Amino acid sequence: MLEVQNLSMRFGGLLAVDQVSLDVNEREIVSIIGPNGAGKTTVFNCMSGFYKPTGGKILFQGQEVQGKPDYKISRLGMVRTFQHVRLFNNMTVVENLLVAQHRHLNTNLLAGLLKTPDYRERERKSLDRAAYWLNRVGLMDMANREAGNLAYGQQRRLEIARCMVTEPKLLMLDEPAAGLNPAETKDLNQLIVSLKEDYCVSVVLIEHDMSLVMDISDRINVINQGRPLASGTPEEIRQNDDVIKAYLGEA
Amino acid sequence: MAANNLKHALFCAVVTLVIAYPILGLNLEAQGINVTLEGADASTVISVLAAAVVVFLFQLFRDNILSVLKSVPSPLPKSQKEPMAENKRARIESWVLTGIVILALFWPFFVSRGAVDLATLVLIYIMLALGLNVVVGLAGLLDLGYVAFYAVGAYTFALLSQYAGVSFWVALPIGACLAALFGFTLGFPVLRLRGDYLAIVTLGFGEIIRILLNNWTSLTGGPNGVGGIPDPTLFGMEFGRRVKEEGNVSFHETFGIAYSGEHKVIFLYLIALVLAVFTALVIRRFMRMPVGRSWEALREDEIAARSLGMSRTAVKLSAFTIGAFFAGFAGTVFASKQGFISPESFVFLESAIILAIVVLGGMGSQIGVVLAAIAVTILPELAREFSEYRMLIFGAAMVLMMIWRPQGLMPVRRIHIELSKQE
Repeated sequence: MLEVQNLSMRFGGLLAVDQVSLDVNEREIVSIIGPNGAGKTTVFNCMSGFYKPTGGKILFQGQEVQGKPDYKISRLGMVRTFQHVRLFNNMTVVENLLVAQHRHLNTNLLAGLLKTPDYRERERKSLDRAAYWLNRVGLMDMANREAGNLAYGQQRRLEIARCMVTEPKLLMLDEPAAGLNPAETKDLNQLIVSLKEDYCVSVVLIEHDMSLVMDISDRINVINQGRPLASGTPEEIRQNDDVIKAYLGEA
Repeated sequence: MAANNLKHALFCAVVTLVIAYPILGLNLEAQGINVTLEGADASTVISVLAAAVVVFLFQLFRDNILSVLKSVPSPLPKSQKEPMAENKRARIESWVLTGIVILALFWPFFVSRGAVDLATLVLIYIMLALGLNVVVGLAGLLDLGYVAFYAVGAYTFALLSQYAGVSFWVALPIGACLAALFGFTLGFPVLRLRGDYLAIVTLGFGEIIRILLNNWTSLTGGPNGVGGIPDPTLFGMEFGRRVKEEGNVSFHETFGIAYSGEHKVIFLYLIALVLAVFTALVIRRFMRMPVGRSWEALREDEIAARSLGMSRTAVKLSAFTIGAFFAGFAGTVFASKQGFISPESFVFLESAIILAIVVLGGMGSQIGVVLAAIAVTILPELAREFSEYRMLIFGAAMVLMMIWRPQGLMPVRRIHIELSKQE
């Protein structure tokens, strides 16, 4: 469903991403790994429309999306999270989820002012959806707290829930396990697998936690210094000499 | 420590002298065609010196004085009680507010004409500040040219009545919509800017409108302004002693009461009150709607908001347009109240005052903004006796506010949407 062909991104003299290709099928978890500074997040930024790639194509469900504004890409169903959690800290947990559904709620202003039945119905539905996802990620008890006061692991889960209420087809997670303890990482592991199994969402994952990556990925892409190094199943990657060299250094 | 204090105290005293002596001590006197500089008389010099000594002593013993002040027990011991439950507080708040509005409805019948006139002005400022609150407080867009939309509203009514004989009630929505249209057209090219840059462009826009009104003499009358703006009518009843327009009747004749100039003033006040309440309610509703949430989301974290599919332009534009709409409202009422408008009413200082109201009241907080509007409009009137020092007092009050309550009079308490427990 997602096909990235020869993606390049140049910042002045620096070629941050060079000819990276990637494809994701329906209901598949694909990981992007690589040493720090390899250009993984830059690939994400190009895919989600934060950067305009300087070369290459990105096809999402057969449609070219490279260079489209970020909000349009997100509306097509490619939604991302961030390396550093970006919640609306002054809003409550529920409100964070309601903001994300503004598209489903977008009636005209007049309907909202007059509280028409149709508007109420939509509002109720979006509250229900928010409640459903809060239950799903185990944050129901926190529903009316301010998002900024949550523990870090909870904020991570809220961010994923916030993406899920927009009903995406492809979820892009940028280091979702960063800063989590082993128990939380395990929960996250199950959550991501269930997103794929139960909600038919494809996931692209950037992660440094190898146990998580090896556990849940269907396929892995390795990037080193902006260039693709290897791709394949976890088993293949584990035995790839180039990858071992890139990670451990040459002897 | 002490040496440090001494140095600091000396410095402060010198600064006091340097600032106070030229301002208070030197006078320019006109003698024939020449201007001569005169020194101060003895009493002024003495008081300036005394002020410097006071500053010196205070700075020298600042630590001691402050520690004494701190040891005085606070008159309001912090109560150990739990804060009131959110929903209970909201209910009490709405009752109190309804009460205040009802009081405000009957209040003008018992006070002087001047007070009612001033109250009308306060209400106009409340409308303006509530509108700007959407733009600055909720959406986080610093708009320094807000007065332009106010001017558009006022001039729309003035010109429509002059050239087409349009009445207040017809002009009110037209003025507001035209102001909103201006907000929309300005917003399109401008809203990709952020922060300081946006402030400068809006500042420029405000000036453009004012200069345009000043120089388009054939249409707006230039600096002479537009006069003879009609008063609002109540179902075709006029409030003047004699009916100006064919077909209308006068208010006092219809009800068989003696003519009084106060009727008109009170009627205008009531219109302003109704419109201000309407403005507050509509904006309050917006704040709980998806559009209000997206304003706040975009202000808090633009990147996250965009990643969730929010169009930056659409959201900011909506805030800008709605803010301008209510400025147009206020402008129409203002034109009707004054009966005469000129570009001088729409200078940058007005924008600054409205912005000051929003900041003083607490960005995004409606009650705070209303309180601040009352304070900022009435204080200069009360301080009329010291008219020379009005701006000084105003400035000092602002500085003190920023030191003691940087979050504003009534910092915003967000209206949270609660999720009731579900099984």
